[in-house]
Amino acid sequence: MKIVVCIKQVPDTNEVKLDPITNTLIRDGVPSIINHDDKSGIEAALVLKERFGGTVSVVCMGPPQADVALREALAMGCDEAYLVSAREFGGSDTWATASIISAALKNIGYDLVITGRQAIDGDTAQVGPQIAETLGIPQVSYAEEIYDIEDGNKVIVKRQFEDRYHIIEVKMPCLLTALAELATPRYMHAGGIIDAYEKDVKLLGFDDLKDQLVPEYIGLKGSPTNVFKSFTKQAKGTGTILKDLSPDEAVEAIIAKLDERHII
Amino acid sequence: MSRDIYVVAEQRDGEIAKVAFELIGEATKLAADLEQKVVGILIGDHIKDKAQSLIDAGADSVVVIEDKMLAEYVTEPYTKAITAVIKECDPEIILFGATSIGRDLAPRVASRVHTGLTADCTKLDIDVWKATPEDEGQKLLFMTRPAFGGNIMATILCKYYRPQMATVRPGVMKKLIADHTRTGEIKELKVNFEPLDMNVVIREVVKEKHKKVDITEAKVLISGGRGIGSPEFYTTLQEVADILGGEISSSRANVDAGWIARERQVGQTGKTVRPELYMACGISGAIQHVAGMEGSDCVIAINKNDTAAIFDVSDLGIVGDVKVIIPKLIDALKKYKVANA
Repeated sequence: MKIVVCIKQVPDTNEVKLDPITNTLIRDGVPSIINHDDKSGIEAALVLKERFGGTVSVVCMGPPQADVALREALAMGCDEAYLVSAREFGGSDTWATASIISAALKNIGYDLVITGRQAIDGDTAQVGPQIAETLGIPQVSYAEEIYDIEDGNKVIVKRQFEDRYHIIEVKMPCLLTALAELATPRYMHAGGIIDAYEKDVKLLGFDDLKDQLVPEYIGLKGSPTNVFKSFTKQAKGTGTILKDLSPDEAVEAIIAKLDERHII
Repeated sequence: MSRDIYVVAEQRDGEIAKVAFELIGEATKLAADLEQKVVGILIGDHIKDKAQSLIDAGADSVVVIEDKMLAEYVTEPYTKAITAVIKECDPEIILFGATSIGRDLAPRVASRVHTGLTADCTKLDIDVWKATPEDEGQKLLFMTRPAFGGNIMATILCKYYRPQMATVRPGVMKKLIADHTRTGEIKELKVNFEPLDMNVVIREVVKEKHKKVDITEAKVLISGGRGIGSPEFYTTLQEVADILGGEISSSRANVDAGWIARERQVGQTGKTVRPELYMACGISGAIQHVAGMEGSDCVIAINKNDTAAIFDVSDLGIVGDVKVIIPKLIDALKKYKVANA
């Protein structure tokens, strides 16, 4: 069984700010991490390997700096790592990103593909299902628990909705999108870290993938959607602020407001 | 030529989700700007009798697809159904609720028909976009959504591909008051489903017995943050909520600390709420929290710190200790009720 986990390197969101003059993201000095849901996907893959055998490959599309994220995945115990990186890939939206990652997956081979549910920077949750569609394989999104693999090819998985869950049987090849609840990631161990830097991270560039994708449909120009503008949020206007009131006066003010708004 | 705004009306067990009515309400505004119609898409098994409720809510017509295979949501048959509507009707715009079903289905559809999709929008507008200043321009859907944990908003366009597709966050748009005198065409679309379309087996459907509290439906929310001091204080806040006919909710910190269930979390990583009253008790008002409650009609904030950011979005701000004020408020509300009974 060949498991491939797709991960994304993301900035630590709370620290991201817009440059007030250029209105672009300030990325300098912002620490990068493996996206939480993706890391849970790595852990789930490693557990499946321990239970049922096979290999775990990890794929990351991004700039050359994403090498660090792949090394971390190797240090956790993944067998091989691929960096999908090229100038032509830059500016891709989810549709284009999915077509590039799908091309990489065809190149690498897979039985089970695991992605995180969504990345904390874009929050779209679209790339996983769009990879599944591009590859023409079934998807089970919002995977909360993987119970078993039956007959060597059927994954039994619990999929969470708002008001219910499904227990689903899906034949490989298939794709799961992992919730953070799917698995708690293990720490890298010292030996693993050393190994991680001895292993190769294989680069898949434009030339490696061009036969498996339509060059007109990738990158900024090939993406169906584009960012028109980005901006920081404006706050709602301030009302009355009352200081130095006794608790009784405060309660009176609240009651008066509730009355004025016909809430009581 | 692509035309009209289609709304995918999500249903579970034959009951249409609230977000569907919100989207139809929003679509009527967009349709007026585009001078086009609003069409509901209703997919399920024995679901046709629910179509009129979409027309009552503002749709001009409804497309219904019925099949046994559509009784419980499964990605592939639903994708096939929506794709059939796109091929048959060539919509200008399709809106989905950004629920777990909408966010599973919409990307699959967008990928299949090769068009753009914008996730989890919180604002939609129709406006003119020009490729060059001389260009006469075209009316596009301007889709605005939070990114980077709500620190940044982005407006997205899908210029050259149709339909323009978006998933829209529940609780953000306003539904219209149902008008039972409205009429419109309800037409059935036949789709040939094959056994292979059911490419997964649902072994079990488990509905959560204890129906999850939906804070997005509450008219009044009494919300507790760090400043309430202990998980027990939620019981006190619950008393206020009970008197006012509301629910309790929370900022993220207390959910992470295990003081209260995640389903009650308001904010960027929780739920977006717009109740008539949002009472923020000991909540500092981080931007991620404010993103989830700033649409509330009336905000009352109580916080010890007079520089708390929550005061910037409050109709009434009280600088003081919630632990002292809330118990007194409960007494005062009880007295008020007796006096005005």
